[in-house]
Amino acid sequence: MNPNMKRLRRSMMFLNCQKPSLIKDPYVYAPDSIMLDLEDAVAEREKDAARYSLYHALQEIDYRGVERVVRINGLDTDLWKEDIRCSIAGGCDAVRIPKTETAKDVQLVEEAVLKAEKEFHVEPGRTLIMAALESARGVMNAFEICCASSRLFGIALSGGDYTKDLQTTISGTGVELMGARQHMIIAARAAGVQCFDTVFTDLNNMDGFRKDVETIHAMGFDGKSIINPRQIPIVHEIFTPKQKEIIFAEKVVREIDSKRAQGIGVFTVDGKMIDIAFYDGAKRILALARASGVYKGEL
Amino acid sequence: MDILKTAIAGTVESSDCLVTVEPGSGTIELDLDSSVMRQFGRQIRKVIFETLGRLDVSNVKITVVDKGALDCTIKARVECAVYRANEMKDNLPWGDVIV
Amino acid sequence: MKNAVGREIPDDILRALGKEPFQGNNYKNGVPFRRVAPIIHPVMDNQHSKLVKDIHEALVKCKAHSGMTVSFHHHFREGDLIVNMVMEEIHKMGLKNITLAATSLGKAHDPLVPMIEDGTITRIEASGVRGMIGRTISEGKLKGLAIMRSHGGRVRSLMTGETKVDIAFIGAPTSDDYGNLRGIGGKTNCGVLSYSHIDGDQAEYVVAITDCLVPFPNFPAHISMTKVDYVCVVDAIGIPEKIATGAAKPTTDQRKLMMAEYCTQVVVNTPYFKDGFSYQTGVGGASIASTISLTRIMEERGIKMGFGVGGLTKPMCDLLDRGMVRVLMDTQAFDLDTVSNVINPAHHRISAGAYANPFNKGAFVNKLDYVILASLEVDVHFNCNVVVGSDGVITGAQGGHPDTAQGAKCTIVICPLLQGRIPAICSEVTTVTTPGESVDVVVTDYGVAVNPNRHDLLEALRKADCVPLKTIEELRDIAYSITGEPDPVEFEDRVVGIIEARDGTIMDVVRQIKKCDPKE
Repeated sequence: MNPNMKRLRRSMMFLNCQKPSLIKDPYVYAPDSIMLDLEDAVAEREKDAARYSLYHALQEIDYRGVERVVRINGLDTDLWKEDIRCSIAGGCDAVRIPKTETAKDVQLVEEAVLKAEKEFHVEPGRTLIMAALESARGVMNAFEICCASSRLFGIALSGGDYTKDLQTTISGTGVELMGARQHMIIAARAAGVQCFDTVFTDLNNMDGFRKDVETIHAMGFDGKSIINPRQIPIVHEIFTPKQKEIIFAEKVVREIDSKRAQGIGVFTVDGKMIDIAFYDGAKRILALARASGVYKGEL
Repeated sequence: MDILKTAIAGTVESSDCLVTVEPGSGTIELDLDSSVMRQFGRQIRKVIFETLGRLDVSNVKITVVDKGALDCTIKARVECAVYRANEMKDNLPWGDVIV
Repeated sequence: MKNAVGREIPDDILRALGKEPFQGNNYKNGVPFRRVAPIIHPVMDNQHSKLVKDIHEALVKCKAHSGMTVSFHHHFREGDLIVNMVMEEIHKMGLKNITLAATSLGKAHDPLVPMIEDGTITRIEASGVRGMIGRTISEGKLKGLAIMRSHGGRVRSLMTGETKVDIAFIGAPTSDDYGNLRGIGGKTNCGVLSYSHIDGDQAEYVVAITDCLVPFPNFPAHISMTKVDYVCVVDAIGIPEKIATGAAKPTTDQRKLMMAEYCTQVVVNTPYFKDGFSYQTGVGGASIASTISLTRIMEERGIKMGFGVGGLTKPMCDLLDRGMVRVLMDTQAFDLDTVSNVINPAHHRISAGAYANPFNKGAFVNKLDYVILASLEVDVHFNCNVVVGSDGVITGAQGGHPDTAQGAKCTIVICPLLQGRIPAICSEVTTVTTPGESVDVVVTDYGVAVNPNRHDLLEALRKADCVPLKTIEELRDIAYSITGEPDPVEFEDRVVGIIEARDGTIMDVVRQIKKCDPKE
């Protein structure tokens, strides 16, 4: 398995490839991933220009470990194949498919990616894929999409187009997104891939943003798409385990390890009833804390 | 490559540059205006000539208005203008003459 | 001759000015000197009127002549109308070889360029010069030298007689007919008149220019009638809205917010951050944001500021209004909120001399714990340049930078690593304005560097693990790896400007810029 399948992706920041000032050093904000956009943010007559900028940025800018995802144009355009050639030649880490509706869409992209990897002498399988679901049909097919490719590391909700398809609008309360969010996280977990939430576009409402992130964090999402670096610290704060949780998780792991050796199945830690079912969760918290740079212990 | 028609790429926003290519009169004629001319004029000129060299363009009038673009952006804009002057958009030689 | 910051100061310049090269911050500490006394034209006749009908009459009565020195304050910043008004009259009178000794000059004074070109103004003494005048000087069009001094250094040069002001013009928001001046109460308020106190003390003639004449006595006076020769009423002395150009509003730029957070972390994790600490900050987006985030931590820890000083902004006044700082010592209002906050009894007005003069018996800057500054460039020796742009053109002002940097126990300079393609952290600054020995911490968007001479601060920050620490060389290397190493800017031999150190020695010289051919 590609070691990056499960990497930390709390914050995935969109950047318009057409704007050199945006793509030259977004790593200073330390997002987990950047999503270099060839699609909606780029004007129709600048689609070609964005590719040259993308190629040289991927080749020459040291993004300092930040994952570089490219959002290609939709499969209903005549742009996406050249987008993939350019992205793979540049050496991107992953391709994001917009408006994914079926497993077939993912497989089409997978074929083109493999072809490009061969053409540009990139190790086959190096490039990962993520799928954005932007319609009722896409959301309904979430599970088959999640299972469509061994390169697919996750799915993301794209709320703008999705709510249009539902014949409603973004209300700010999240009520119109509830079903899709719930369905997608279940599908993703069932398939063993990651799940990411849609953008929050009102930059003047940072409290609303915080609530939104708290909601999807509680639902089990792995991260959120973001549109401004100001949103990063809030996402990281909410998605990074707190010291209290880390200490508790450490205790749980140690206790289960030692009690298991003694043949004890159920016991208490800090007054809470603990059994083997807590083990994976505690391990996951420590792994997330380590990846987030707040845990340096040995567990 | 020849420059078949006038083509433009880029903007005059900060960290970008605006490149115009026009059919030349036998040589490379460069007109460069840069906000960082005194510190980087020499390097910018070098990147432009190298990029044109890779694209095998030797007959062009090229005008560059630079607003502090990094080398990767200057290359991207020059390439874009040249390919636009040839109306080429697909199957581009990534990693070959575009490097 | 090379000075203490390694800058070559031409011997002919040293000779012509009778000056020494900079020899380190405390070279003149304790060295006695005699203050120069001004010429005074006493007023005994109770029938004498100080009111003149216009600037022309004031100039005539003050015996304006070619070769004289005139002075101005810059409390109205980019909204100043006084300098242009007076210089136009001088120009009309056909006077030549004028030394313009303003506390600072900006874009508002672009109309003076033709007067430089025609020899009306042949010498400039100022904290610095922004706008077209800076370019004009750098292109070699000023016949004499431009001497750039810090706010404290200017007071020193008037006290020692190095600068002899013939006529000082003081724009006053209110004045009575006898020249009691205040920075408030009129239609064009600037809050304080700090920069002009020394001109009132040392100039031969002092002319108050106001657009709001009030009944006698205009009290408590910020500058007293005992120092004012004439009072001239005009339609408008300034545009108050332009005092705060480009500042004020809290930033939403995440890069600036990040630098502000680093800066705050440096402050709260160094040993001077305790109840009663003192603090000065500037008008940049990051400085203002860091004042706001610092306030939050002060509240959490129950720490209050003893005093805040310097040019002040709304966030500092907010601290005062909320009881988070005991007193503010004001030398300049950077926005209109600060102008109106002057009425708070704990908001004190101080002179530029009390603020920063190195040649009095101790200035406020000496009592500073922290100062937060900006810089156009910082080099690997921690030298700062705040006057000359990386393209070699004069574009900024020393202000209180060298004064506060030397005075404060912990001097923090906030500076984004790159300005477009220009690396702000570099091997050698274009021109040294503040010596590296004064600078303790440099905060950039790529990390924080501590002056290796400050083991104590470095240790404290290492232990706190609160900011990404880098060496200054590492920051420079990151910058150059992104932009490429810049070519050195080319200059002509001719010296057009002097960067004076606080104590009057020469920190650096500014040379005429070489012409740049785009087709070359």
